[in-house]
Amino acid sequence: MTKMPPLQKTLVEAVNLALSHEMRRDESVVILGEDVGINGGVFRATEGLREEFGVRRVFDTPLAEALIAGIAVGMSTQGLKPVAEIQFMGFIFSTLEHIACHASRMRNRTRGRLHCPLVIRAPYGGGIHAPEHHSESTEAMFAHIPGLRVVIPSSPKRTYGLLLSAIRNPDPVIFLEPKRIYRASKQELIDDGESLPLDVCFTLREGSDITLITWGAMVNDTLKAADQLLQLGIGAEVIDVATIKPLDIETILCSVEKTGRCVIIHEAARSFGVGAEISAQIAERGLFYLKAPIARVTGYDTPMPYYKNESHYMPSVQDILDCAEQTLDFVRPAA
Amino acid sequence: MPLQRSAPLAKKDQGDHVHTAAEFSVSYTQYLNAQSDIVGELPSWAQDLEVLEKFYRMMTLTRLFDKKAVALQRTGQMGTYPSCLGQEAIATGLGYAMQATDVFAPYYRDQATQLIRGVKMEEILLYWGGDERGSLYAEGPSQDLPICVPIATQITHAAGVATAMKIRHEKRVAVTTCGDGATSRGDFYEPLNLAGAWQLPMVILVNNNQWAISVPLEIQTASETIAQKAIAAGIPGEQVDGNDVIAVYERCHQAIERARSGKGPTLIEAITYRLCDHTTADDATRYRPPDGLKEAWKIEPIKRLQTYLHKQGHWNETKEQDLISDCEKQINQAVNNYLSAPPQAEQDLFDYLFEETPNAMLEQRQHMLDKIAVERIAK
Repeated sequence: MTKMPPLQKTLVEAVNLALSHEMRRDESVVILGEDVGINGGVFRATEGLREEFGVRRVFDTPLAEALIAGIAVGMSTQGLKPVAEIQFMGFIFSTLEHIACHASRMRNRTRGRLHCPLVIRAPYGGGIHAPEHHSESTEAMFAHIPGLRVVIPSSPKRTYGLLLSAIRNPDPVIFLEPKRIYRASKQELIDDGESLPLDVCFTLREGSDITLITWGAMVNDTLKAADQLLQLGIGAEVIDVATIKPLDIETILCSVEKTGRCVIIHEAARSFGVGAEISAQIAERGLFYLKAPIARVTGYDTPMPYYKNESHYMPSVQDILDCAEQTLDFVRPAA
Repeated sequence: MPLQRSAPLAKKDQGDHVHTAAEFSVSYTQYLNAQSDIVGELPSWAQDLEVLEKFYRMMTLTRLFDKKAVALQRTGQMGTYPSCLGQEAIATGLGYAMQATDVFAPYYRDQATQLIRGVKMEEILLYWGGDERGSLYAEGPSQDLPICVPIATQITHAAGVATAMKIRHEKRVAVTTCGDGATSRGDFYEPLNLAGAWQLPMVILVNNNQWAISVPLEIQTASETIAQKAIAAGIPGEQVDGNDVIAVYERCHQAIERARSGKGPTLIEAITYRLCDHTTADDATRYRPPDGLKEAWKIEPIKRLQTYLHKQGHWNETKEQDLISDCEKQINQAVNNYLSAPPQAEQDLFDYLFEETPNAMLEQRQHMLDKIAVERIAK
């Protein structure tokens, strides 16, 4: 095999690269969604794919999200591997019935006779001054549904490797792409078809003073905060959760055992979310590792504001730093 | 609430500036009328009384099976069950019009279609008896979708199945059913629209039994027919007498073969009447006028075909008694199989969720098994 040249790719280009790689490798992979054909998707994630693979494998659907999810269910029961794009996560709600009542249950309710090897991709999250309904982070909604995987990459390399795994996975995967960092930076990656494992967290930086747990676009902000903490002589361990569900709590617990302090950072609304679940599991399994209360830096329990107020909602690097410092400064009161 | 149809905004005779952009009509097919007389000329296949006898046998089996299923629920041996009383002709005609390699996406009053396609009676009982193995279709239609409770969603899945068939250039057809209530949902309109836009190999059969639990059709829609909803999607829509198995088979057969030959989808509205409660958990006397029910019994499908076979000298009381005892034998065997089915392995509720159970779930799985073990010891 000839050695592949490394490519400089953004996160959204890594989506495109993984899709085209897998379509070349596996004829059963098809792409559907709104504007995914000649337009290549509104973020260009599917650019060039229709030209390469034809309209039978890359097709525009009518403007109906429930339909997109529902036909993906039907196609997947017949052995195709549909990768469906929902244009923005704010429009994903009408797909829920097909995802929660069918895709996530088909294997179980037919005792393995049929299953749904489908991927639903959606750009998610705020911070790009988009119109109303274009900036939601509702990963917790999907994570609460039994039978689903929820995967969120945070770099071009992890996007490439995790999307390959998501498509190859024989069960349904919700693949949420942090659009704020779609083009934030380029990373060298090789189009060799090497996937990354699902169901595991990635420890991006090691440190022994505090654990910062996050995913999606907040990974970049968290890494920036970790840089600044390092300048203060504080070693922050940064964990990219990556697969939100099923959750790799082991990696998180090992880190918290080491550091005794942790902050969970997410863009989604604060209450009843993924941060709350991680916090609960740390408390259930690792309470006595803790030298300080588990802390969260999150969005508020408000709708995503229109973009003039977006910055008030979005957690910032400074918010992470402030919370980390409070957590580090915490001294358990004497009994 | 009396139905008020809005007057057209512009009329042709208002002047040359208005013309007719499109005109449509909806056909209604009936061969065997309520008096068991033939209307017009029978299709040649229907002149073979053996074929009609086969239909009659299946409709009778379905009705007796259905009665038994209700009885199982009433005696605490099965969970909530939706009867198909009165709708046997639709599911029978459809089932025989399909080929084995087609894919069926049912709703939940398709007992006859499922039986024709090789689903076992005990599997239907298992499903309503709270056992997932009822959708295994172990020796039956391995590609058919399971019974679908969330209303109309099966139509969208069928559109996906048809899309897969079209992508692969297969000569197969996706067939789906729903009730009249389902036609109010987006999951009726969205795949209907798609089927037209993509000319999918698909047939949608609406069981218009006049009731969506307690809500009658006139509250569902102001549309004169359900069939005409297809016209807006650019596909043919037609009505059949759903109590005339000859008409149901003929129109389903034509539609399915039309789809198979690449000519696109069809919507068929089969008009019938729900002679039963919505499910065993429902009491239709709360909302359904008794007169309508009484009238509906006069036009029900099984007696209608039986009378015709009698008139043709093809049926008699001995044959009827033989058929009933044969059906009861089959049904009793199925009920025995259902009641004596060994329990599922408890861990199956975890083990079939994903191809491989994720580590994150192993603790919960073990917790359940431990709990069961403790309960067993306590007993």
